[in-house]
Amino acid sequence: MSETTTVHIADAKHATTHHEEHGHHQQSFISKYIFSMDHKTIGKQFLITGIVWAVIGGLFSVIFRLQLGYPDTTFPILETFFGKWAKGGQIQPEFYYSLVTMHGTILVFFVLTAGLSGTFANILIPLQIGARDMASPFLNMLSYWFFFIAGIVMASSIFVQTGPASSGWTMYPPLSALRQAGDGQKIGTDLWLISMALFIISSLLGGLNYITTILNMRTKGMSMTRLPLPIWAMFFTAVLGVLSFPVLLSGAILLLFDRNLGTSFYLSDIVINGEILPNEGGSAILYQHLFWFLGHPEVYIILLPAMGMVSEILSVNSRKPIFGYMAMLGSLFAIAILAFLVWAHHMFVAGLNPFLGSVFVLLTLLIAVPSAIKVFNWLTTIWRGNIRFTPAALFAIGFVSLFISGGLTGIFLGNSTIDIHLHDTMFVVAHFHIVMGVASMFGMLAGVYHWFPKMYGRYLNNTLGYIHFWVTIVGAYLTFWPMHYQGLAGVPRRYLDKSGWVNFNQFGELDKFITVVSMIVFVAQFIFIINFFYSIYKGRKVRTANPWGANTLEWTTPINPGHGNWEGDIPEVHRWPYDYGKDGREFIPQTEPVGASESKH
Amino acid sequence: MQTLLISAILVLFLVVIFQIAKASEYVAMIRGYENARKQSNKINAFLLLAFLAIGLIGVYYCNELFKDKILGEPASNHGVLVDRMLYVTLGITFVVFVVTQIALFWFAYKYQESDNRKAFYYPHNNTLELIWTVIPAITLSVLVGFGIFYWFKITGPAPRDAMVVEVVGKQYGWEFRYPGADGILGKKYFKKINPANNNPVGQLWEDPANHDDVFVEQEMHLVVGKPVQLVIGAKDVIHSVGLVHFRLKTDAVPGTPTTMWFTPKFTTKEMKEKTGNPDFVYEISCDQLCGKGHWSMRGTIVVETQEEFDAWVASKTPQYLVANPDKDPARQMENTDAAPLTGAIIR
Repeated sequence: MSETTTVHIADAKHATTHHEEHGHHQQSFISKYIFSMDHKTIGKQFLITGIVWAVIGGLFSVIFRLQLGYPDTTFPILETFFGKWAKGGQIQPEFYYSLVTMHGTILVFFVLTAGLSGTFANILIPLQIGARDMASPFLNMLSYWFFFIAGIVMASSIFVQTGPASSGWTMYPPLSALRQAGDGQKIGTDLWLISMALFIISSLLGGLNYITTILNMRTKGMSMTRLPLPIWAMFFTAVLGVLSFPVLLSGAILLLFDRNLGTSFYLSDIVINGEILPNEGGSAILYQHLFWFLGHPEVYIILLPAMGMVSEILSVNSRKPIFGYMAMLGSLFAIAILAFLVWAHHMFVAGLNPFLGSVFVLLTLLIAVPSAIKVFNWLTTIWRGNIRFTPAALFAIGFVSLFISGGLTGIFLGNSTIDIHLHDTMFVVAHFHIVMGVASMFGMLAGVYHWFPKMYGRYLNNTLGYIHFWVTIVGAYLTFWPMHYQGLAGVPRRYLDKSGWVNFNQFGELDKFITVVSMIVFVAQFIFIINFFYSIYKGRKVRTANPWGANTLEWTTPINPGHGNWEGDIPEVHRWPYDYGKDGREFIPQTEPVGASESKH
Repeated sequence: MQTLLISAILVLFLVVIFQIAKASEYVAMIRGYENARKQSNKINAFLLLAFLAIGLIGVYYCNELFKDKILGEPASNHGVLVDRMLYVTLGITFVVFVVTQIALFWFAYKYQESDNRKAFYYPHNNTLELIWTVIPAITLSVLVGFGIFYWFKITGPAPRDAMVVEVVGKQYGWEFRYPGADGILGKKYFKKINPANNNPVGQLWEDPANHDDVFVEQEMHLVVGKPVQLVIGAKDVIHSVGLVHFRLKTDAVPGTPTTMWFTPKFTTKEMKEKTGNPDFVYEISCDQLCGKGHWSMRGTIVVETQEEFDAWVASKTPQYLVANPDKDPARQMENTDAAPLTGAIIR
């Protein structure tokens, strides 16, 4: 280790002085940028891959929103691009469901799981705990490449004759188990399942690495209670992933067996297209248990890293300590535990025993308590602060607003009595898009804006950041807020045309409005993407090691840290990371020893 | 052509925004970053406050716009409970929503960066934290208590006098079976399903309980004020019986029968008057993605008086006789009196 470290430090010095002149390093282009074992590069790989997937997944949503907003209009351009799937410029139902399925899968797994925790766990863990790299850089590299291959397999399913999977991102059998059920249930579903299996491997390799690194590789003085909150959040995220992803893997493999080997894990009593199938004794509900045992923790796998980063960013930019560090930590812990005990609230109306349902009502609504603690603590953190509205801080504030809005509607859905009415309606769509989709996306964007200077040694353009923020938050609320009303009216989700229904056809104008807004929001994301890629090469250079005046260790590295992160020894830590505004000093870095006259907290 | 134009406008739009942003950076460079930063800090603080104000007005406006288009009067006994729970939750969450959002954006505005202020070092306060742990916990306990109480009422056993209707979902439609005069649904087995032979449900004809069962498609008839228990199943994939006006829903799972019961409160005719919509009809929506026709998997329900219902049932021939026309007593009378009276078991 020490030998390679010295080499990397030499590299780092080199990089700081001539960082634009690539190719002079001992590392080849391939080992530095492609099969890199540097956690920072791997993080950037996750981020950029995530951005690419976000554009694809977002584009899919715009296409199916066209159908929802304008069910009777033809768009010849769609036929140009998608051929038979948009015959006559009209999105065919099979294609619509493929788009919905791909949108969900891509956004939930590829963007908000890999793109979010893959990026920031990689970039932040070693930098904030004071380690030169992950515990196993090689496994870390494998984690990215398994994710990459999973992406290739998923992308390939878009190009097969019968189209990609179309059973929804939850992939419920028997629909997903029966080739006879439709085109999307043919080879596309097999590819989906294989892609997910690869993704799960990627996620496990990453997660094990994050846990090991956090537990074993903290620098001197960095006790667990001196860890910055993003690290705690990443830790719980990784634990959730390691314990729950294997269950999804088993569910997916059993489904592959049912599809290809004639087993009956999920199949019983089925007559499809006039064909009587031999399967008896399986349970379709079993899959739902296996799926949601991951599926619900997955929500927190997506949300916790965003919470952690928002805590850090709000504290830094309010120039105030995070309020109630131990309570923040405790609530993260409580959420992580409860995340495992609430999965069946997705199945209240699936034919579950009502008594079991009532237990899950209790456990589900219990999760609102730690969530409320977090919200109140964020509010108190900005209270009497001296707030700098960097784009990161704005996105963090936006996150809190969205988390409140989306969290409160969770109290409706977690209550089985109300869920009977709202289950599988647009209300659910509104709820999880706000609280899990957009809120986490805000957390991720806040993270990118905040740590971009550390990643690339340059700043993002602030004005573009502000425009991006304001269009996105206004657009997000305008898109998803009205959907609650559709849901209260009972409009089911995944209906591509409601004009044939007497009781669901009253929202035609609203659907048009939502479609237009969602297109504007989608286009506005290119403001960010242009800003991101432009600033990597042409952004204003960072000239000070600690541009935000933050306490955490990543800002003690050189402006462009090489592989190994610190030149010379890793700094020692003497205090918690949130001494902002203490004893009249604006901030006190973690590396500064506690003075004799310093007040205690 | 049109698409090209739109794309061109979009690209132009992005270029303009980008140029403005670059220009602002040059201006900042000339005026000093610190000044530019402080100015944009003020602008953003103001915008946050404006966003709060406009947002709350927007919420009110949205509500005014849609309040008549959403929850009409619930049309079942359980629907009343669901709506009550919904409104209680709505009241509580709305207060929390308004208070916390105001706090968030107001604090952000009020405590924007100023040279005259120093941030207040305030790392924790156990009393405060205890308060906002306990208050949500108590509130949620109340909601959980009510929720579970209503939940057990709704999902509890159906009354003894409830009529039974079997509902079966298939790609993409609904089938119904009424038990006939004996009140018992005959046995069925999925391998006997054969629509060509007039056995769409897979009834076992050797079970006498099957001989008076009536089969209909797409339209279910119910009696107003009379409890009904739906026995729900599916033939191919998972569907869900969504009854929006009754505020009820239960999945239809192949191989795993489910049930739900309720009492319709209003006939279809009464609902036409209540909603002011002469075309009103109770609809059954499939609420679980079941394939490419999911969005059009629609059934209807006619809620009527007992007399109307009895007349409707009487007009239907039991499926046993549709499938075995030779067993029909009416037709046997026409043919010969000597034939053995197998029809006698039909009551």
